[in-house]
Amino acid sequence: MITLSINNINVEVPEGTTVLEAAKKVGINIPTLCHFEGKKPLGACRVCLVEIEGGRALAASCSTPATNGMKVFTNTKRARLARKTVVELLLSEHNGECKTCDRNNDCELQNLAFQMGIEDIRLKGEVAKPHIDKSTPALVRDNGKCIKCRRCVTVCNEVQAVGALFPQGRGFSSMISPAFMSDLDTVACVQCGQCAAVCPVGAISEKNHIDDVWEALDDPTKMVIVQTAPAIRAALGECFDYEPGTLVTGKMVTALKQLGFDKVFDTNFTADLTIIEEGTELLMRLKDKIVNGKKVALPQFTSCSPGWINFVEYFYPEYTDNLSTCKSPQQMFGALAKTYYAEMLCKDIDEIVVVSVMPCTAKKFECQREEMNASGIQDVDYVLTTRELAKMIKQAGIDFTSLPDSKMDSPLGLSSGAADIFANTGGVMEAAIRTVYEIVTGRELPLENLHVEPLMGLEGVKTASLKIEGTLPDWSFLEGVGLKVAVAHGLSNARKLFSSIENGEEYHFVEVMTCPGGCIGGGGQPRFTDDTVRQKRLAAIYAEDEGKEIRKSHENPDIKRLYERYLGKPLGETSHHLLHTHYKKKEIFK
Amino acid sequence: MSLEKCPECSKEPTEDELLAQFEEILDGYVEKPGGLIPALQTAQKLFGYLPKRVLQLISMKLDIPYSEVTGVVSFYSFFTTVPKGKYMVRVCLGTACYVRGGKDVLASLEKELEIGVGGTTPDGLFSIDVGRCFGACGLAPVIMVNDETHQRVKPEKVKEIIDFYRDIEMTIIKEKAG
Repeated sequence: MITLSINNINVEVPEGTTVLEAAKKVGINIPTLCHFEGKKPLGACRVCLVEIEGGRALAASCSTPATNGMKVFTNTKRARLARKTVVELLLSEHNGECKTCDRNNDCELQNLAFQMGIEDIRLKGEVAKPHIDKSTPALVRDNGKCIKCRRCVTVCNEVQAVGALFPQGRGFSSMISPAFMSDLDTVACVQCGQCAAVCPVGAISEKNHIDDVWEALDDPTKMVIVQTAPAIRAALGECFDYEPGTLVTGKMVTALKQLGFDKVFDTNFTADLTIIEEGTELLMRLKDKIVNGKKVALPQFTSCSPGWINFVEYFYPEYTDNLSTCKSPQQMFGALAKTYYAEMLCKDIDEIVVVSVMPCTAKKFECQREEMNASGIQDVDYVLTTRELAKMIKQAGIDFTSLPDSKMDSPLGLSSGAADIFANTGGVMEAAIRTVYEIVTGRELPLENLHVEPLMGLEGVKTASLKIEGTLPDWSFLEGVGLKVAVAHGLSNARKLFSSIENGEEYHFVEVMTCPGGCIGGGGQPRFTDDTVRQKRLAAIYAEDEGKEIRKSHENPDIKRLYERYLGKPLGETSHHLLHTHYKKKEIFK
Repeated sequence: MSLEKCPECSKEPTEDELLAQFEEILDGYVEKPGGLIPALQTAQKLFGYLPKRVLQLISMKLDIPYSEVTGVVSFYSFFTTVPKGKYMVRVCLGTACYVRGGKDVLASLEKELEIGVGGTTPDGLFSIDVGRCFGACGLAPVIMVNDETHQRVKPEKVKEIIDFYRDIEMTIIKEKAG
């Protein structure tokens, strides 16, 4: 351990701790714009300058390791002035107008300028050239606003292992962008939006669908229905100053009704449906392999996360057959809304507008995939991120915190606890195991609280093995089989999992969620820079699950009714047409 | 590092032939930490510039994202992604050459070749680049054509220098024609 003093407060920290981290331990927040929790410091923004006794110059606290006996002063006149000047320099080349910026009131640079009392742009000079890239369905980039902190580079390369973004060129004219300053649609970008989630300013954001949704809501000839993903309810509250991890399901439903949506439904409903289809698909693959001796692609990969689908199509195309053919819950919902539900109401599909609220930017891409029109037209029309929904609620003047609770509408609104946990890394796998185990043995999963403990939490790659015993006659071929499963979140962890598979590790079922922590940490969620927020959201989702009367997807009565009245059986003809899809290899170089 | 010319037809190797050769060379850089810049240098020497498909090959083989490869290429002014002329004309704009009229020499050169700095003539013969001191300040202003230095260049002498290389090329063409 190392002892140092910060502003004359002694603190003990483990070796390797930076001055910035040590200061945080004693309640001193040193401002920074480039720091990325858990990753090697870059010292790119220079905002975190502090004075160290005996030091020749001020030091960037994010990249200065704490040493024994070090005396750090964060609040001297020299340090304050230097930090202020650095922020003034950043502002001097920043080409953005706060009042009309997407990040107004949610911008780290703006916050710092305010905190530091910068009331005038003293330094005038050349400003960064605007270069707006709207080429993809999910993201918008504006280099004029970029402060070159490189957080997006870190997340894209180290966390997601995609490598779409990197600094191009040199000096003032350099740009953080795809190869040769090209647009995002020319490179292998999976559209996960983690870059937009970590950007401290307005340089990368989701493509805004708010105006389209207002237009649909204002059109009296349209019936506008909305579905909300499992992860929204554990994060939306943060946009209204609730503590991270506060569940706001009931208020969210009320707010959506007040916004004018004709029906408020739940993506959780189709999450339950996904479990039935995907679980059955897994059992069929196992049967084909073990009983029929067929060559089948195993392990089966989950297919709920559109960034992950893109990732496989770009970087591991030889594994596309391993992906479950199930569409994601968002797309299953869209297909059912414009067929099953439309027929129920005797509505023309052109009269129905389906809006999703998703924690995700890649969902904006997914809904525009050419395969996603089982109803005959685009099944899901618009996708709002959690952040966009919060903006709409504010635009409508709704006082969110004082709203009463409401319930989701029927028949696409009822869901089990298994559907809730789709939001968490490990959740889809756990939900599938709850159902598959019971189908095969006729007994409830014999685990405490129905949780598969080794698959919970933020470990990058998690594995579990479950011995199947006492099978029903139909499934006797699985007697004594150890079902091996693996879970990864964050695409760099997916790469690790791929290499273990390529080194001979055998699994039956693999869950991958694109974003760290799963959907609760999605690219469209309220922004944060600290892992504790992920932990709190995970806990909230498990609490939602445990509070449900129905905990298993196959026990959802509205799902049973859907099969009786419309779909027939899992993997049946109607299911195949509406709920399943296919994948294709994509070229990395376009 | 350049390919031997075929003794029978004495043709320049095509880019495809060079690519096949480069792929073999590249194997030596796989899984070598810090292999990217040496690989790029080798490629530039071989091709004369860095074609996109060569950069994509480097990205794939060395398992480095394409954006990072191009990021490195665009950072260092030594690397170029546009083909350079057979004769690289570099005008020194270091302090001594600058004060003794290097800029006028450059302007005259641009006029004579009808291209700007970084450009290449349509016949692929000449490219213009600027340098910051060639270490020959006593001879200012200086220009270099490939490895040959021309000293105390006056703007009106530029045409004469260029014509010297044009003549060499004419001779080669005539010889080939028999």
